[in-house]
Amino acid sequence: MRRALLAAAWLAIAAPATTTEIPIAERKSGYDLMGPDTRAMQDDDTANPGMLWVLDGEALWNRKSGTAEKSCADCHGDAGTSMKGVAARYPAFDAARGRPFDLEQRINICRADRQKATPLPFESKELLALAAFIGRQSRGMPIEVAQDDRTKPFIEAGREMFEQRQGQLNLSCAQCHDDNWGQKLAGAPVPQGHATGYPLYRLEWQTLGSLQRRLRNCISGMRAEPYAFGAPEYVDLELFLMWRARGMKVETPAVRP
Amino acid sequence: MARALINVPAKAKRGEIIEIKTLIQHEMETGYRVGTNGNMIPRDIITDFVCKYNGEEIFRADLFPAIAANPFFTFYTVATESGAISFEWSGDNGFTAAETATITVE
Repeated sequence: MRRALLAAAWLAIAAPATTTEIPIAERKSGYDLMGPDTRAMQDDDTANPGMLWVLDGEALWNRKSGTAEKSCADCHGDAGTSMKGVAARYPAFDAARGRPFDLEQRINICRADRQKATPLPFESKELLALAAFIGRQSRGMPIEVAQDDRTKPFIEAGREMFEQRQGQLNLSCAQCHDDNWGQKLAGAPVPQGHATGYPLYRLEWQTLGSLQRRLRNCISGMRAEPYAFGAPEYVDLELFLMWRARGMKVETPAVRP
Repeated sequence: MARALINVPAKAKRGEIIEIKTLIQHEMETGYRVGTNGNMIPRDIITDFVCKYNGEEIFRADLFPAIAANPFFTFYTVATESGAISFEWSGDNGFTAAETATITVE
């Protein structure tokens, strides 16, 4: 018996990583895997705590900031029209800087270049609020990141990271989110890992959080060393995840258990 | 002031049971957590919530450190007359917040 177990364990270790991508038609948002109470919370704008950040973001959008004394609205006008669909296209390629940037980084680039203001720290209330407010303008729209010669190498780098085994547990993202989604991890269903609703309100966090925060959670869960916030590795992975979720609907601000 | 989201039906029939939902922004710091400097983070919570229908108290709650951040209350009342439904929260460090919604009863 013991020998058989050992053999099974050895096989598990020696078996090559045979992850398979989820077919387009079988993709599910984390929304589909959560309970009816949490779904109702996300669907009702007066029960969704993420809306508190959206309202804060709206106030920030119209507030003048930095030495340029400009607000976001001074350039972009009404976010309802100018920001519609924008979050569905991020991370997006920045030609001047030669690589893709995510929405939070884009906000800070705008702050530095246009508003002449100090960048907002990652996971700060203000940055999350602005990202949630901008994301909210794309709610219900299909995710569509650019897939061209400029972004392809970064999507591929993200895919490599997604499929790369890492950490003391020697796990890859794909082993859970491609191969074993729907199974239970500590009593909770393993989602497919489609980043459709970020920044989102996680009941466990009791606050709004970014996709990078979620990625850091997963990486430290694999007993690997997370990258610092804003690391290009995350942006590549975010880009790959959004490409993987192409066509799915933006849910920002989502609620997750 | 903290942001609050209120959901009260704008119109109701007399005698109808209506659902009221309230959500308020608050950290609800328990007082049991240790900060990065090793010191306890002092308690900062909402302690009281009161709802009044035309001045008459219809719902009250005492809150404690075990209640999650951004407390969400949902409860029911009978629509008796048109008027104002007011909500008040108060808590540690002089925290207060108030909101009012109007309802038309036909």
